[in-house]
Amino acid sequence: MLIINCPICGPRPEIEFRYGGEAHVARPAGTETLDDQTVADRLYMRTNPKGLHFERWRHAHGCGKYFNAVRDTVSDFFVTTYKAGEPKPDVAALLKDQAR
Amino acid sequence: MQKYSAFELFKRALGGHQGWERQWRQPALKPAYDAVIIGAGGHGLATAYYLAKEHGVRNVAVIERGWLGGGNTGRNTTIIRSNYLFDESAALYDHALKIWDTLSQDINYNVMYSARGVMMLAHTVHDVQSAKRHIHANRLNGVDNEWLTPEQAKEFCPPLNISQNIRYPIMGAALQRRGGTARHDAVAWGYARAADALGVDIIQNCEVTGIRRDASGAVEAVETTKGVVRTKKVGVVAAGHTSVVMAMAGLRMPLESYPLQALVSEPVKPAFPCVVMSNTIHAYISQSDKGELVIGAGTDAYTSYSQRGALHITEHTLDAICELFPMFRRMRMLRNWGGIVDVTPDRSPILSKTAVPGLYVNCGWGTGGFKATPGSGHVFAHTIARDEPHPINAPFTLDRFRDGYLIDEAAAAAVAH
Repeated sequence: MLIINCPICGPRPEIEFRYGGEAHVARPAGTETLDDQTVADRLYMRTNPKGLHFERWRHAHGCGKYFNAVRDTVSDFFVTTYKAGEPKPDVAALLKDQAR
Repeated sequence: MQKYSAFELFKRALGGHQGWERQWRQPALKPAYDAVIIGAGGHGLATAYYLAKEHGVRNVAVIERGWLGGGNTGRNTTIIRSNYLFDESAALYDHALKIWDTLSQDINYNVMYSARGVMMLAHTVHDVQSAKRHIHANRLNGVDNEWLTPEQAKEFCPPLNISQNIRYPIMGAALQRRGGTARHDAVAWGYARAADALGVDIIQNCEVTGIRRDASGAVEAVETTKGVVRTKKVGVVAAGHTSVVMAMAGLRMPLESYPLQALVSEPVKPAFPCVVMSNTIHAYISQSDKGELVIGAGTDAYTSYSQRGALHITEHTLDAICELFPMFRRMRMLRNWGGIVDVTPDRSPILSKTAVPGLYVNCGWGTGGFKATPGSGHVFAHTIARDEPHPINAPFTLDRFRDGYLIDEAAAAAVAH
């Protein structure tokens, strides 16, 4: 079981959380003029990377809040978690810090 | 190819079983092929076999990063059924089921297909309604499926606990008698041997590192760790790694890769006559011919390529198994493992041409691809050879996500997910 660091509540076991899929998938502006492919890209197309993944989690059985995380999908290691609405962190710098 | 038969077995026994040929060659990668299949799992090998057998395309390579049948083909719980709700799905999965019937004879390899019946349990009023809707829809499509009362379900599967005093009492079950199991490894080995005999090169331990496209955008070559292969046609059948391979050609896919776990118990004498699935409490179980109980869980919550999942998922499944079949409460589990399943938003597969000329993709089988192996290979070979889909896989395009023609088995809840 994963231990996930909720940015509000701190480290908690995985069963307290709900997975929320890929993060930073922004809804494109001007909905009424969008073509089908743009809508499909947002709704269905996913990066699904083998490596670092920006993703959403919700602390369902805790504070109830959504937040974002960066996780390596090969090792399931969490590089960092950060509050919803904050910009993407500089992952390269973080990894260098953790290696040190 | 050395034909397998009872007579051959007898003859070789007299020679101390020394005269058996290797089942397939270990060929070197040639510089060019008419078609390249990426991924030597059941679906990829079946595709190569039908390309060679039915379409005369024999100059084919099947390229595999690990060893053949080592991914989800060797990791699934071997359940075969075709009781899907929608017309498109029923046609696709029943096409496969019909091929299973004669597959062992066709490829001269005993895949141990056993139509022992697949029983799907209903625990709630909603389950009952959904199961009956599936039964009616299946019957309209010529797919056998019937409703059993709890007593009839117990008669069909005596270990079943139909007591009203459990957390989710059984209110009935849908039974597909033609459903069952097959030996997963034998399917990969059988197709590999049959395809190899027709001239297909199976290249193992060879990772694809890039897909080259010419000035017009069409596929021209595949880069691998064993060199560059020129080819006009590439079929990607890479299951959980499909997104990774398709990204090499610059395509994004409507896929997410999740861990899916399964486990087996210690082997015991034959005790369990059929396959039982419960979507509501997330458990499915059958007994292999070796005697192990083969048990499958639901997917883990998050995407991952780790081929392992969390223990609480299997624990949840075993809770359900123990309640449904109290006689297994003291069984010990021998092994558990995970596979990486590529899940589409509508839980239906993609067997399709792509925006890149010469690039074809067979993916998105999610948690239930094994059952479709022969049918999937058969229609995908047609798609590659003719550059147009077979009528059966025509609805399973990549474009359906853009055009809104989803085949929404996810909402139909025909699969455990």
